[in-house]
Amino acid sequence: MGNYIGKSVKRVEDKRFLTGKGQYTDDIVLHQQTYASIVRSPYAHANIESIDTSAAEKAVGVVAVFTGKDFADSGIAGVPCGWQVNFKNGDIMKEPPHPLLVADKVKHLGDAVAIVIAESKEIARDAAELVDVSYDVLDSVVDPKKAAQPGAPLVHEDCPNNICFDWELGNPKSDVNAAIEASHHVTTLEFVNQRVIPNAMEPRAAIGDYQAAGDKYTLYTSSQNPHLIRLLLCAFVLNLPEHKVRVVSPDVGGGFGSKIFHYTEEALVIWCSKQIGRPVKWTSDRSEAFITDAHGRDHVTKADMGFDADGKITALRVETYANLGAYLSTFAPAVPTYLHGTLLQGLYTTPVINVDVTAVFTHTTAVDAYRGAGRPEATYLLERMIDLAALEMEMDPAELRFKNFIPAFDGVEQEGYMTQVALQYDSGDYDPVLKKALDMVGYDDFRAKQSALDNGKLIGIGFSTYIEACGIAPSAVVGALGARAGLFESAQVRVQPTGKVSVYTGSHSHGQGHETTFAQVVADRMGIPLDDVEIVHGDSESVAFGMGTYGSRSLAVGGSAIVKSIDKVLEKGAKIAAHLLEANADDLDYAGGKWTVKGTDKSIAFGDVSLTAYVPHNYPEGLEPGLDFSSFYDPANFTYPFGAHIAIVEIDKSTGKVELQRFIAVDDVGNVINPMIVDGQIHGGLAQGIGQALFEGAIYDDNGQLINGSYMDYCMPRADDLPSFEIDRTVTPCPHNPLGVKGAGEAGTIGSTPAVVNAVIDALWSGGHKVKDVKMPMTPERVWSAMQSDQA
Amino acid sequence: MKTVTLKINGTEHTAEVSPRTLLVHLIRENFSMTGTHIGCDTSSCGACTILIDGKSAKSCTILAVQADGTEIITVEGLATAEGLHPIQEGFHLNHALHCGFCTAGVMLRAVELLEKNPNPTEEEIRWGISGNLCRCTGYNNIVKAIQWASAKMQGKELPSTEPVFV
Repeated sequence: MGNYIGKSVKRVEDKRFLTGKGQYTDDIVLHQQTYASIVRSPYAHANIESIDTSAAEKAVGVVAVFTGKDFADSGIAGVPCGWQVNFKNGDIMKEPPHPLLVADKVKHLGDAVAIVIAESKEIARDAAELVDVSYDVLDSVVDPKKAAQPGAPLVHEDCPNNICFDWELGNPKSDVNAAIEASHHVTTLEFVNQRVIPNAMEPRAAIGDYQAAGDKYTLYTSSQNPHLIRLLLCAFVLNLPEHKVRVVSPDVGGGFGSKIFHYTEEALVIWCSKQIGRPVKWTSDRSEAFITDAHGRDHVTKADMGFDADGKITALRVETYANLGAYLSTFAPAVPTYLHGTLLQGLYTTPVINVDVTAVFTHTTAVDAYRGAGRPEATYLLERMIDLAALEMEMDPAELRFKNFIPAFDGVEQEGYMTQVALQYDSGDYDPVLKKALDMVGYDDFRAKQSALDNGKLIGIGFSTYIEACGIAPSAVVGALGARAGLFESAQVRVQPTGKVSVYTGSHSHGQGHETTFAQVVADRMGIPLDDVEIVHGDSESVAFGMGTYGSRSLAVGGSAIVKSIDKVLEKGAKIAAHLLEANADDLDYAGGKWTVKGTDKSIAFGDVSLTAYVPHNYPEGLEPGLDFSSFYDPANFTYPFGAHIAIVEIDKSTGKVELQRFIAVDDVGNVINPMIVDGQIHGGLAQGIGQALFEGAIYDDNGQLINGSYMDYCMPRADDLPSFEIDRTVTPCPHNPLGVKGAGEAGTIGSTPAVVNAVIDALWSGGHKVKDVKMPMTPERVWSAMQSDQA
Repeated sequence: MKTVTLKINGTEHTAEVSPRTLLVHLIRENFSMTGTHIGCDTSSCGACTILIDGKSAKSCTILAVQADGTEIITVEGLATAEGLHPIQEGFHLNHALHCGFCTAGVMLRAVELLEKNPNPTEEEIRWGISGNLCRCTGYNNIVKAIQWASAKMQGKELPSTEPVFV
């Protein structure tokens, strides 16, 4: 097509970040701004006996102190949940309130009990320590399986056994049980997909600014979806007039899911600003982020996978306890259900599948979508089972996969693949990704080296071939599944009189590079220079509406909305051009930024048509002036990226330390607009998935204390923990969106975790330690213990 | 209150600060240079890294009063009238930043690294920046960017970085 699509165009947004001119929420200083500090519970479960704020209120520089009592008669119940998943028997999901400030009983470490507002952040913090809260500490429960047992301490009095809902998907359990019974071999694994903490590098921040003169509210917040925050804030929390509320998410320092959700602090700063008549800024510190940002994963699972004598999968049965934390975060119910159970077909022709999920409240921080959201949990399950089955059946793990892959289908000539778990895959061709990865790794050489090794080390290779559902999502489909919002996207393409183009997108970039990728699409489709395009996002006052960025949806859904608007611009432009060229619009071609009368050299440039649209002196009769179109795009289906990841690890037998030596990733994310940015997304995703396998994991003690809630204790992957990645791709276009793109944001995270764990298990088996599982993160102590407990 | 005077990016600044004020707060709040970021409260993430008298330091771990009389370079002082510093150019051409939050700190750390070791190995680079956390890039392209800057600063042949349009 044009000059830009498919090329590694360097990012237009870089310059402000490279020169220190980015503007993150905490960088914003408003006139008369005050600072908030939130008093948080040091206990996981306790009755609040009393709160004495008098000393804090008297402190010099304190403007106001509010507690849960201040909301008692306000009608403000708290922040809502955005997804409803009902019990198997049809009973409504338990949906306890999540108050902005807790008045009676705290339910997790860090639950908010008071807010102190002062002239400086130091004064606010000092005064927060003067708030005297008396607690009656109660027993708590942090493990989802234990929490669901009768007699466990209750998080919410009206949720028996702490169960929020139970849920089932797939074939009838009796069919699956029978198929498992009849199998030649059954691989069974009980495992934990541990809780991890997203840890975007920018801690969350929010500024509430109420201006009484116009009765206008402005919220600055580090969010992945400002419009959704506005909708929830106005319609469900504070009952504000939406047209009087502006939400701005300026530069946002990473999200990874944790900044999708509507958090209590966003509503608090707006409410407090109205009370005191001044702007209120709250900036989380890292310790606060560890206990208040929504966490990810936390599944306890038992799975059985049946095989026939030839290695074909006969059935899959899954039982999962999913930890939701103490409160329902915005999309929490969807993660262990419709983003997890629906992916258990994987890349395989498994004929019968049943998945049973029990979603449980515990006295812990809320759990919600974290990069991949449900799909990493599904992939981890499937890929661990396949590699373990290969070891148990003494088959080659790559061969076992080839034997079970769904045959190729393009979604055009061949229909999309209908799974046993409610989805229809759009297009897929799975053999090539694994073949390419095997070539890159030099598989045959590796096995020879592995068996010859004699240096106090064990080496292992681990595979993961994954599929994910992205481009979230068709509104009617997700609505039927319990979503309380549509998942379309909007885009406005405004051609300025001089032919420059401003694009207003409801997608939000917090590192993904939309200002470049989207501009490439616009510039190519319109045949104009990239410099003539500006991508605007993150402000509800300039962007009409948006559902934001998560689920690798921005290009597939937001990009498609932009394409729709471009089509409208060019269609109207053609009418103006036809008038000026005294031709019929059908006789015009548009290319290279100009309309040409077919078969002639008569043409008119885009800029001239743009100017005519705004200076319509010589203009088609009956046509409105202007060249400015908005569109909403609701996808026809999810998109289904897939790929093959291979990890090679070395274990030091004397210490159990695992070194990740190589990581190979071949991903198919459909068409690629900017290879450099897609590669970057894969790199970052890999680091997070590898982090979960080797380093990361939230550790709660039995009292509900997060005992590794800082970067001193929670092991984030650092540069010297990782190798350079070896990545490549295949391209299987998405058949149902105009760009043929599938989404690349989560692929790295989804595929990588089981590859690393499988490599460690493979290494252990090569040394005669036939263990089925080593818990993540696979610390030296755990790996060393595995080698002692099952000596060769 | 104490008076501190220090030179930031070549310009002298003076402020009255309380003894507990952290250097990073002085830079961000008193002097409104918000390119230096705060990513943690345990000196673990490196988002606040600056150069103090040529040495990289985490400005959240230093009191403002300790920095009295020093010369400081922040991200705002990296580029010159001639253009971007090679490390900034390397980060741009190699896509070594996504959200941009850790970027200032990593670049300033890398400046000192290359000063002391103009031609580091990949292992030396990875170890050298292991005090800086990045959650977006997986460090892959940060390593490439530092290698690129190393080559550029030594006048060596530069690794290809594909087309540049802007």
